[in-house]
Amino acid sequence: MNKELKRVSFVVLAMFVALFISSSYITTIQADSLRADGRNYRSLLASYSAQRGPIVVGGQPVAQSVPVDDVYEFQRTYPQPELYAPVTGYYTLGQGSRGVEDAMNEYLTGNANSQFFDQINSLLTGQDPEGATVELTLDPAVQQAAYDALGDNAGSVVAMDPATGKILAMVSKQSYDPNPLASHDPEAVKSSYDALVADPGNPLQNRAIQGDLYAPGSTFKLVTVAAALESGEYTPDSTFPNPATLQLPGSTFSINNAEGGSCGGGETATIATALRLSCNIPMAQLGQALGADAMAEQAAAFGFGDDSIEIPQEVTPSRFPVERDGEPIDDATLMLQSFGQGSDRVTPLQMAMVSSAIANGGTLMDPTLVESVLNPDLSPVEDFSPSEYGKPVSTATAQTMTGMMVQDVADGAASGARIAGVDVAGKTGTAENGQGDPYTLWFTGFAPAADPEVAISVVVENGGGLGQSAFGNSVASPIAKKVLEAVLNK
Amino acid sequence: MPSTDDQRASDDASTELIGKPAGGAGASRGPARPSSDSPQNLTQAITLRLRQPARLRNLELLMLVIAAGICAGAIVLVQLGATGAIDASVLVAGSAVLGLALIFHLVLRVVAREADPFLLPIALTLNGIGISMIYRIDLAYGREGWAAFGVKQIAWTVMAMTIALVALVVIRNYRVLSRYRYIAMFVSIALLLLPLIPGLGRDGLNARVWIDIGPFSFQPGEIAKITLAIFFAGYLVTARDNLSLMGPKILGMRFPRARDLGPILVVWVVAMGVLIFQRDLGTSLLYFGLFLVMIYIGTGRGSWIVLGLTLFLGGAIVASTFLGYVQGRFRAWLNPFDPTEYSADGGSFQLVTGLFGFANGGLVGTGLGQGRPQTTPLAESDYIFASLGEELGLAGIFAILALYLLLVSRGFRIGFVGQDDFGRMLGVGISFVIALQVFVVMGGVTRVIPLTGLTAPFMAAGGSSLVANWVIVAILLRLSDSVRDQPRMVIG
Repeated sequence: MNKELKRVSFVVLAMFVALFISSSYITTIQADSLRADGRNYRSLLASYSAQRGPIVVGGQPVAQSVPVDDVYEFQRTYPQPELYAPVTGYYTLGQGSRGVEDAMNEYLTGNANSQFFDQINSLLTGQDPEGATVELTLDPAVQQAAYDALGDNAGSVVAMDPATGKILAMVSKQSYDPNPLASHDPEAVKSSYDALVADPGNPLQNRAIQGDLYAPGSTFKLVTVAAALESGEYTPDSTFPNPATLQLPGSTFSINNAEGGSCGGGETATIATALRLSCNIPMAQLGQALGADAMAEQAAAFGFGDDSIEIPQEVTPSRFPVERDGEPIDDATLMLQSFGQGSDRVTPLQMAMVSSAIANGGTLMDPTLVESVLNPDLSPVEDFSPSEYGKPVSTATAQTMTGMMVQDVADGAASGARIAGVDVAGKTGTAENGQGDPYTLWFTGFAPAADPEVAISVVVENGGGLGQSAFGNSVASPIAKKVLEAVLNK
Repeated sequence: MPSTDDQRASDDASTELIGKPAGGAGASRGPARPSSDSPQNLTQAITLRLRQPARLRNLELLMLVIAAGICAGAIVLVQLGATGAIDASVLVAGSAVLGLALIFHLVLRVVAREADPFLLPIALTLNGIGISMIYRIDLAYGREGWAAFGVKQIAWTVMAMTIALVALVVIRNYRVLSRYRYIAMFVSIALLLLPLIPGLGRDGLNARVWIDIGPFSFQPGEIAKITLAIFFAGYLVTARDNLSLMGPKILGMRFPRARDLGPILVVWVVAMGVLIFQRDLGTSLLYFGLFLVMIYIGTGRGSWIVLGLTLFLGGAIVASTFLGYVQGRFRAWLNPFDPTEYSADGGSFQLVTGLFGFANGGLVGTGLGQGRPQTTPLAESDYIFASLGEELGLAGIFAILALYLLLVSRGFRIGFVGQDDFGRMLGVGISFVIALQVFVVMGGVTRVIPLTGLTAPFMAAGGSSLVANWVIVAILLRLSDSVRDQPRMVIG
């Protein structure tokens, strides 16, 4: 009987060990994802009753919790709502959260693992728990300049420091006021939220990093040229046939250069000229010569297709598709995509990353909005120092491209971004969206060319209100210029 | 141990039953014995007993003081955490439980001096922590007076401890119980059938396991686990030889003869009946698990386990294909985070919300009164483990599990060192029931197994469960007393 008893004892022990393991697993390994689950009502309530940490830009809070006299104890307020809403996002009772409020929620509520000992400390000393302060990399002057420069246009501006990846400005319009969403009345929150969702201007979308994305137009030629130079088979002086129109292979569809006519005259056009004057036909031929795989590889090196980019909110991956309906794309499609049409789709942040890598000698830094996360006692919670994303182009290629982009602004299609006394490198784009639809207007670049302080991309939707008569250079370049000046004048 | 020794032990048991009518019959009449002496003699006897050194009881008293401190401390912390002020009225009500525990202890000094010293303090601690958590949920919902589950739980605890005390005093010789094994069987079946009687049974949230008698509601199945354990122990001690020695050998295992399959089939039918008609997977699992473990210990034949598990799993699989609610439980268990499961009626909402509670608690918990356990449905009963995990953290859950494990191990100790097979099997059986119940409840809450509707022993709100578990403690105390009280007869 004792033998059987021993065995049963082991079974009982095994049952308890299973319980020890399962409860440990839930409270340690699984806990983070459970706390982050949007359906976790506890996390939501906790985030209200503990003083949620502020989000700070340039020393001033852009989102903060102030004491109020109701069950939630604190009211979240956004002092400059429209300017920062796409970045800060919101935190609602019942309608989810968005932006930095969502992505940094654990820190803001004080529940992140790295804050464990601080929380124990405040538990022991009897202090009320407080969330950490999230300090953003945004520069208030640059952010304001970008916001003002974009005016009433729908679109986005992203400016970043090429050497660190820190995002200096991130504007998305149409913007919105997150204050009504921070209401403590779930019904009011729901009606405000529903109104914003129903708004045809899509204010809740941070166009800089997500949403439906944009056709990049000619700004994508930077990727095509980078792929050409990186292949080692081409130099800026490599030439291509220079017809005024080109019928795409296997298609009745013909393409033209944007200005009409050939690319700067002559029998052949160089890559440098094609980039400077933003010609489509040579780029289409270049893309075809390089092949879809080489193009896709270069795009991926800049960050295309990467769904793990977080700044800290997730960035929708940009697309350079090499397949359509499971079939490899044909040459006609590849040629269209080589100058930023077809199925290419990008975020403004992605194009800023392309410029940023070129500006930084070929090294792409991880883009980020977080400067630091500070405990209530101002000690840093975690290290947020700059990190490298990769090296999409060699230093030589970066230098060569910088030269071509400077020419583009000084003596080419991006003349609208010229700044007296400063070499600006840039590339414009005017993306077609469909028969009769207004263009999407682009500028991306950096300045000063010799020692870049800022890389930028600007996108203006709906042709800046001018339909199909506007160009990237006439609308987007002047906006970029104002933002670049705001950085350089500091 | 050779089975001949076991045989001798059970012979001893029966000899004692027959040979010492005074002890056995006297015990069954209970209070009659002390009252037959003159009051003065009784006082003298008690005084004499109290004067004798009782090392175990002193140890028990020390641990009771600690347990009382934990219980009172938990109530105070709940009040401070939830309301920020101390409300003395609940402490006064709670002190009734502590006072009764002290009386329990004093009675033990007289009627079971050598009983295990750990059982009472552990039961009291678990019960007290349970009460404070239930009271904490009351505070969250603003339930007061008799509408408060905590107040009811205190009243039930007093009642349960009193019943246990009476059982302890009445049953002086537990071997009497083996004589009533068939009565125990009929009582068990009656208890299990009660909720199915129209007008008496109540349709609960999921399972049909409650009966309503006037204002009281009761889960007869909780009591049935004790009567079933008594029946199994009594039956197996007499029938073990047939069950263990006869039968064909298949694949190196000796299987029982077809005609000896009767009992296991009966129990299986009962378990399946519970599963199908009462819609209670947990209770069904509990009874069948109890039976399997006891028949295995009694006969030493692994084939019973193989046979039993095959039967049960087969039945459960068939049932789950035909019974929607079992299917639902399995789906919710496998994919709790799936949005459709989460929002489904009877889906994984409760399970996931409970997991959120554990996550909210983390390693050290939010502190009593400072979490949000009320977010989870049934936070005071089926889900009290999740509530405790949230406010006491992983550390608290570990401590509580360790207490349960210690309690169960004290019961198993009786199985190892006891003198007669009936007592040993009864001790192991009722301790195993507690272990299995903890596993089924906590395993359901933490996603080790599908969720079922059992109550956490001593902790969850519910009177029948408290009564049953305190009676189990009384039986274990009685068994452990006799283990120490008499030198071991079998030398093996």
